[in-house]
Amino acid sequence: MAVMAEPVAAQVKRSSLWSRAFESRNFLGAMFMVPAIAILILFLAYPLLLGLWLGMTDTKIGGVGRYIGFANFVSLAKDSVFWLSVFNTIFYTVAASVVKFAIGLYLALLLNERLPFKSMIRAIVLLPFVVPTVLSAIAFWWIYDSQFSIISWVLIKAGLITHYIDFLGDPWNARWSVVVANIWRGVPFVAITLLAGLQTISPSLYEAANLDGATNLQRFRHITLPMLSPIIAVVMTFSVLMTFTDFQLIYTITRGGPINATHLMATLSFQRAITGGNLGEGAAISNAMIPFLVAAILLSFFGLQRSRWQQGGRD
Amino acid sequence: MSSVQIRDVRKSFGNFEVLHGVSIPIEDGQFVVLVGPSGCGKSTLLRMLAGLENITSGTISIGDRVVNNVQPKERDIAMVFQNYALYPHMTVGENMGFSLKLRNAGSDEINKRVKRAAEILALTPLLERYPRQLSGGQRQRVAMGRAIVRDPQVFLFDEPLSNLDAKLRVAMRTEIKELHQRLKTTTVYVTHDQIEAMTMADKIVVMHDGIVEQMGTPLELYDKPENQFVAGFIGSPAMNFLKGHVRVNGVATFEGPNGVKLPLRNAPAGSDGKPVVYGVRPEHFTIADDGADAEIVVVEPTGSETQVFAKVGGEQVVAVFRERHQFNPGDKVKLKPDPALVHLFDEATGKRM
Repeated sequence: MAVMAEPVAAQVKRSSLWSRAFESRNFLGAMFMVPAIAILILFLAYPLLLGLWLGMTDTKIGGVGRYIGFANFVSLAKDSVFWLSVFNTIFYTVAASVVKFAIGLYLALLLNERLPFKSMIRAIVLLPFVVPTVLSAIAFWWIYDSQFSIISWVLIKAGLITHYIDFLGDPWNARWSVVVANIWRGVPFVAITLLAGLQTISPSLYEAANLDGATNLQRFRHITLPMLSPIIAVVMTFSVLMTFTDFQLIYTITRGGPINATHLMATLSFQRAITGGNLGEGAAISNAMIPFLVAAILLSFFGLQRSRWQQGGRD
Repeated sequence: MSSVQIRDVRKSFGNFEVLHGVSIPIEDGQFVVLVGPSGCGKSTLLRMLAGLENITSGTISIGDRVVNNVQPKERDIAMVFQNYALYPHMTVGENMGFSLKLRNAGSDEINKRVKRAAEILALTPLLERYPRQLSGGQRQRVAMGRAIVRDPQVFLFDEPLSNLDAKLRVAMRTEIKELHQRLKTTTVYVTHDQIEAMTMADKIVVMHDGIVEQMGTPLELYDKPENQFVAGFIGSPAMNFLKGHVRVNGVATFEGPNGVKLPLRNAPAGSDGKPVVYGVRPEHFTIADDGADAEIVVVEPTGSETQVFAKVGGEQVVAVFRERHQFNPGDKVKLKPDPALVHLFDEATGKRM
């Protein structure tokens, strides 16, 4: 009996150590966080820090770089192509976001009304969002083609123009063309998200406003807009971030041309780093986007701060 | 202030008619309660009065004006919604002043009227708060404040107390009635709670399945229900109904289930042998030696009164006593309805005899 009792006691002791560990809230909490932390470090922190580091080196593809401090940024500051890409990016983001918001809000308001074939129209509105970006970019590439453009063809047949429009050969034509492609792709996201927001507004608020004597326009201004503002802030932040960092559309349609007229910071970074092999310089261009993105996020952070009316019971 | 005339109003959703010709005259300054079980069409009727639903046929007039085709905002009515429908992004003061602001009233005028309404409803310390920061009862008062500020022709209330707890509901009931006595604005109030209807109304309209079953003062409806539905709906606990026949054999009696005999003061002409429903309110039973045999099932004392569930002729009835009897389940007692306060209904039509 005494011989038997020994290992049993040891087992009890060991399992109690395990079970004590698993009953401890702190230990369990740490265990549950491990996968999330690992993913964040591997896919977020490491690439970000590596990018920041590369931007301060003269790394070329296939070589090991040296730390050169802010030399990349100093040379970029004198680089007119870099500054053109900054201008292009800001123009692209502002023009596309403003129009996406306007069309998206209009569509959301329309889809929130009683319409025939509503679910079908909603599905159609979502279509541009579902199509892979590169596929829709290729479609736009054809639409803008200098010889086979359907737009030019239709306008000529209608007798409105005499020559084919050079969509992608002229700097400003090219800029507006890619903006239109981006709008086409971005509107569904804005429209559907705003529609979701509109549907959370209680119909009785509109009825109350109606009885209070509000016209349609006053109802939009005094009920819809303030109630929707938190969602507008979220949607527009995402829209601005996605547009600012856009790569696929530009790279497929224009590759930054003509003469860098549509180069965004993202495409220029790719061109310098991967195509040109200057990883350090390319990383520096990407890093130069960070202040703009942080500014956009801060702006929306303050915009997003829950207004006083949204906060619960406390004074 | 205005009178309201509802004349033969019908409402259909598609092919489905929910109101089958409703006529209700409402006098200037009257407090009218529309009461009925859910689905009876009372809320639909109120929303038609407000202009939030179209009128399929018939007319509704406010004052001398037929409002069938008048926009809600031009009807000069104010409505208190079941969920209050306060604008969450506006303070209490802004909520109350919103309708005045839309009419381009000056800010002095708005402030004056909001302040006056806030004083009436004891909302003055809350004017700067947002609806989220208020309790249910306070929100309810803001919703009423929003209505008062406008000084409309008619107040409409759509089940305004159903989101409040029982104690607050009783308090708000008194408050609304007091408000009406003070402002004397014509009021139409919808509820499914017959106690609310009884305590607040000048005139009760009992609705059921899209028709008006009976209109009258609360006590008229209690004392003389025109049919079995109204009799069962008004009064709590509900009236007891026993099926049986009238026997006129020198003295009129009611012969109920399993040969139970209950007293009648007089038999309606030609009712001998007719199948009838015998209705007696729980509070109109007494314990008497010449009563019907009853066996106690459950006793529920509430302090001020005692509800007794008992079997009479195999049917369960409920009786309410103010005095404190010592009853136990299984006890045999003799229950006697007051013959002067008994109601007789035609079993086939449900009409009062």
